[in-house]
Amino acid sequence: MRSGTIYTETVIYSAPEAFVNEAPYQTAIVTLDGGGRVTGRIEGDRVQIDDRVVEIEGRSGVPYFRKA
Amino acid sequence: MRPVAVIGAGKTPFGAFPDRDLRSLAVEAGDKALRNGKIAPEQIQSFYLGNFSGPAFVGQNHLAPYVSTALGLNGVPSTRVEAACASSGSAFFHAWAEVASGINDVVMVVGVEKMTSQTTARVSEILAEAGDCSGEMKAGNTFASLFAMIARRHMHDFGTKKDHLAAVAVKNHANGALNPEAHLRKVITLEQAMAGKPIADPLNIYDCSLISDGAAAVILAPLERAHEYTDKPVKVLGIAQASDFVALDEKQDITTFPAVRRASEKAYAMAGVKAGDIQFAELHDCFTIAEIVASEDLGFVKRGQGGPYAFEGCSRRDGARPINPSGGLKSKGHPVGATGVAQICELVTQIRGEAGERQVPRHGLGLAENLGGSGATCVVSILGAA
Repeated sequence: MRSGTIYTETVIYSAPEAFVNEAPYQTAIVTLDGGGRVTGRIEGDRVQIDDRVVEIEGRSGVPYFRKA
Repeated sequence: MRPVAVIGAGKTPFGAFPDRDLRSLAVEAGDKALRNGKIAPEQIQSFYLGNFSGPAFVGQNHLAPYVSTALGLNGVPSTRVEAACASSGSAFFHAWAEVASGINDVVMVVGVEKMTSQTTARVSEILAEAGDCSGEMKAGNTFASLFAMIARRHMHDFGTKKDHLAAVAVKNHANGALNPEAHLRKVITLEQAMAGKPIADPLNIYDCSLISDGAAAVILAPLERAHEYTDKPVKVLGIAQASDFVALDEKQDITTFPAVRRASEKAYAMAGVKAGDIQFAELHDCFTIAEIVASEDLGFVKRGQGGPYAFEGCSRRDGARPINPSGGLKSKGHPVGATGVAQICELVTQIRGEAGERQVPRHGLGLAENLGGSGATCVVSILGAA
């Protein structure tokens, strides 16, 4: 699975209609070790800029990451 | 290209108007602009409508002729422009190009949005369609969360603080409280602005602009003919539109808006002015961080210093260069498709010296910056007394 570093992140409290039941949740832009950036969701512990993360799964085309 | 002037301007109040439909708002603004310039509907040769998402918000498409016929502009070319929250700034740019190039002489631009008939969660979803729906938005982001991520990185890279963001909200609410047409005329303290309900960390409710209904209109003509219609023409000295990636994760550096830099460089060159010459500005404060980043990209302040600049009061009405004397999107309101033209209306009102209690002292040269999405479209307009 891919790994990378948190470029930026936020915790969302006011969610769009389709995600209201999941709030609050964390999203982040991850700079991938292989190059490029991707936007995904964070599972488990909250992360900050520069934290290392690994991809744990993809759901409906959205990558989910966890703190490494 | 020939010089172009604004010969008429008018807008509706911004707010939540459950009894008004989209078309009646657009017509009210258009009628006011016609009367402001003593212009008959049959003198209008072309019509542009800035509107982000009439189809999703109110279930109506084909909006440009729908509005122009109701204004009595029968038969003229009627074109809708969509560029997210820069829809009517872009419509204004294209109308200007049509007059400057000589295709037509008298052209009307209306911006309109009717948003408050939907729930906040549904509005977030509709607005999210202006982002990359195959990536960032699918992950559950909103525009608030995209700008929250910009704020986080700006804080990390430059030491921008939460109270810098809050200072923008306090200032814009203080200005909007003096604007009789503002949506939320409420003075707030720094403490209140710091302690609002969280929306997307680090942004709280006071960092976010409003969900509003409203419309704004202006009419353009060649400068040499402007006095046929008005004693107070306002000259379009410089204008440019630029673009950038829609998705935040495609940008090299999210703490700057390259489209703002590109558009402003071209607009300054066309006007023959520098950033330092601008006396007041209406900036696109969809979120407090957006005003801070724009103030840097426009060259009002050095890169990374936009936070302290706002916090120290430089952009207050009594500061060196007032920003958002109208109250901005934060307090005046943000019916997204109306915002770009509403900014132009504020420049016109201020330049003519007709802004009443919120009048800025130095009002000869003003700039408007209208941003679409998280920076994918930007229109910068520089207006001055003719």
